[in-house]
Amino acid sequence: MKVALWKIAHARSGDKADRADIGLFAFDAETYAVLKREVTKERLARHFAAMTTGPVELWALDNLLALKIVLNGALQGGAARSIRMDNLGKNVAAQLLRMEIDAPDTLPRLKKT
Amino acid sequence: MSSAGKTVRIGAGLGFYGDSWRPIRASIERGSVQYIASDHLSELTLAILQKDRQKDAAAGYARDAVPMLLDLWPAAAKHNVRFVLNAGGLNPHGAREAIKKIFREKGWKARIATVTGDSVLERIDELKSAGEPLAHMDTGADIAAVREKLLFANAYLGAQPIAEALAQGADIVLTGRVADAALTLGPLAHEFGWHWDDWNRLAAGLTLGHLLECSGQGSGGNFGSASEWARVPDYANFGYPIAEVSADGSALLTKPPATGGRVSFDTVRQQLLYEVHNPHAYFSPDVVLDMGTLRFDDEGNDRVRVSGASGAARPARLKVVAGYHDGWMGTGMIGFAWPEAYAKCEKSAEVIGAWVKERGWAVEETNVEYVGYNSLLGANADPTYRDQLNECFLRMTIRTKDRKAADGFGRLFPWLGLSGPPYVGSLKGVQPAKELLGIWPTLLKRELVEAKTRIEVENI
Repeated sequence: MKVALWKIAHARSGDKADRADIGLFAFDAETYAVLKREVTKERLARHFAAMTTGPVELWALDNLLALKIVLNGALQGGAARSIRMDNLGKNVAAQLLRMEIDAPDTLPRLKKT
Repeated sequence: MSSAGKTVRIGAGLGFYGDSWRPIRASIERGSVQYIASDHLSELTLAILQKDRQKDAAAGYARDAVPMLLDLWPAAAKHNVRFVLNAGGLNPHGAREAIKKIFREKGWKARIATVTGDSVLERIDELKSAGEPLAHMDTGADIAAVREKLLFANAYLGAQPIAEALAQGADIVLTGRVADAALTLGPLAHEFGWHWDDWNRLAAGLTLGHLLECSGQGSGGNFGSASEWARVPDYANFGYPIAEVSADGSALLTKPPATGGRVSFDTVRQQLLYEVHNPHAYFSPDVVLDMGTLRFDDEGNDRVRVSGASGAARPARLKVVAGYHDGWMGTGMIGFAWPEAYAKCEKSAEVIGAWVKERGWAVEETNVEYVGYNSLLGANADPTYRDQLNECFLRMTIRTKDRKAADGFGRLFPWLGLSGPPYVGSLKGVQPAKELLGIWPTLLKRELVEAKTRIEVENI
C-alpha cells in the first residue's frame, strides 16, 4: 500500500551554504528497512525537483535507524541570498514527510492507529 | 563509571544571537553544571555584526551576551559555573570591554579571556601571496570574483585556545568564530587533559558539543514530526540540554529537573544529524567524527547515554566562511479573505508584475508565494483546498542589484488596497530593501591561521 512518510517516520532539516539537509528517522527497525529500500536518491530527486539544482546525496545509518539526505543547490545560493519565505530550509523536512512510498500495512506505527 | 570516576557537566547556552537565556538559569541552579557553552553565531550572524561595526568601532560583538551575564552571573559565581561563549563575534575585545563595564558597575570580579585571530578579511592579499587560492569549496571559483564585495571572512578555530584559556584560570572565555562544538570540547579537553591526537575522545567531545550547540533543539525543541511534537511537555518552561561527561568521552545527556522539553532517543538523534553533511566524516578543526559507530541508549526520564564515537585525524586545512554583498531583495505582501482568496492573490501578483515591467526595473528573479497555501511547502503543497481557502496572503519578492527598485517594489502593494480585488487585509506598512549576502566557504592551511591566534586573560 501507499504510505505517507509522516505516518511512519520523523524528520528535521537545516541549511549549510547552498545545501538543505534532512535527517529522516524511523521509529522502529522494521520501518527503517522499508525506508532504506524505498527512499532512494532518484525518488528524492523527483520529490524535490522544483527546488534543487544539484545532485542528491544519501547515507543510511543503521545505528540510528536514520537516513541522512543532502540536497545540493536547494537554497538559491544560501539562506542569506535566498528570496524565499523559507530561506533556511526548515520546512524541507515537512516536504519530505509528504512523500508516499510503498510499505506493508503491518508496520508497527500503522498497526497502532 | 571509569576508575577515575570524575565527571564534568556542561550545559547548553544560547543556540543563536537573540535566543533566550532564561532556561540557562535552571541549568546553573538545579542542573549542577560546571560550564555553560553558548553559541551566538550562525553562519550569517557575522554579517549583522559587520554592519554594527561599520557604524561603531566598539561594536561588532553579540550584544546579548552583556544582559545575559548581567542576569546570570550572580548565580553562576555562586555555583562556580564558567562560561564559554563565541559572543565576541568580530570584536571579542569590544565584548570584553562591555562586560568589564557592567561588572565594574556591579562590583563583580571575574577572570576573563579573549580568543582572537579567526578573522582573515584583512589578510586576504597576504594569504593569496602565500599561495593560498581561497577558491570556493564547492564551485572552485576564484575569490577575485567577490574580493571587493567581501564583508567578513573568518576561519573556524578549534577547541585548543579555549582549553588553554581555561587552564589560565578564565571564568569567562570570549571567542570570535570557533567551531560551535569547540565551545564544549574545549572545557572537556581541559578538564580531562585529553591529548590533541586522542581522536576517539575528541570525537566524543565533538559529538556532545554538536548535541548542545542548538540550545532547545537538543532537548526536544523543533522536534520535526507529525503529532509527536505536541507530546513534548511544557514548551513555556523549556530546559536546555546538559551533558554529564566521563573521562573516556561517554556521557549522559539530560536536562535540569522540573523543566519542559524531552531528551530521548528520538529527540537526540534528530539533533545529531542536524546540519550535518557526510555523517561518516563530520569535519571540525580538532577531529573528524564518524557518526556511524555512535550508540544512544535511552534510559527513560530524559536520560540518554551517548557512547561509541570514532574519530579520525584532524584536517590539515581549516574552513573559512566569507560573506559578500550580493544584491537586494524587495518584498511585498497583501492578504485577501474568502471568497476566491487564492485567485485574488494570483490576480494581484499579475498586476504587480505588470507594474514592475512598466517601471523597467532590472529584476533578476521574481518569487511568488502564497502564505497559507505554499510559502513553506513549495511544490509539495497539497492543491486540494487551494480554491476554498478561508484566506490567503500573496508574498512576492524580487532580486535586483538596484537598491531603489527593491525599495520601490514594496511600495507598489498598498495601491492594490483601493484599486484591486476586494476584502483586503494586512497592509501594515512597507518593507524596505533588504541586503542579500552570498556565502563563500573556502579552506586555509591551519598553520597560517593558528600563527595569529591570541589568548589574552585578565582579571576584571
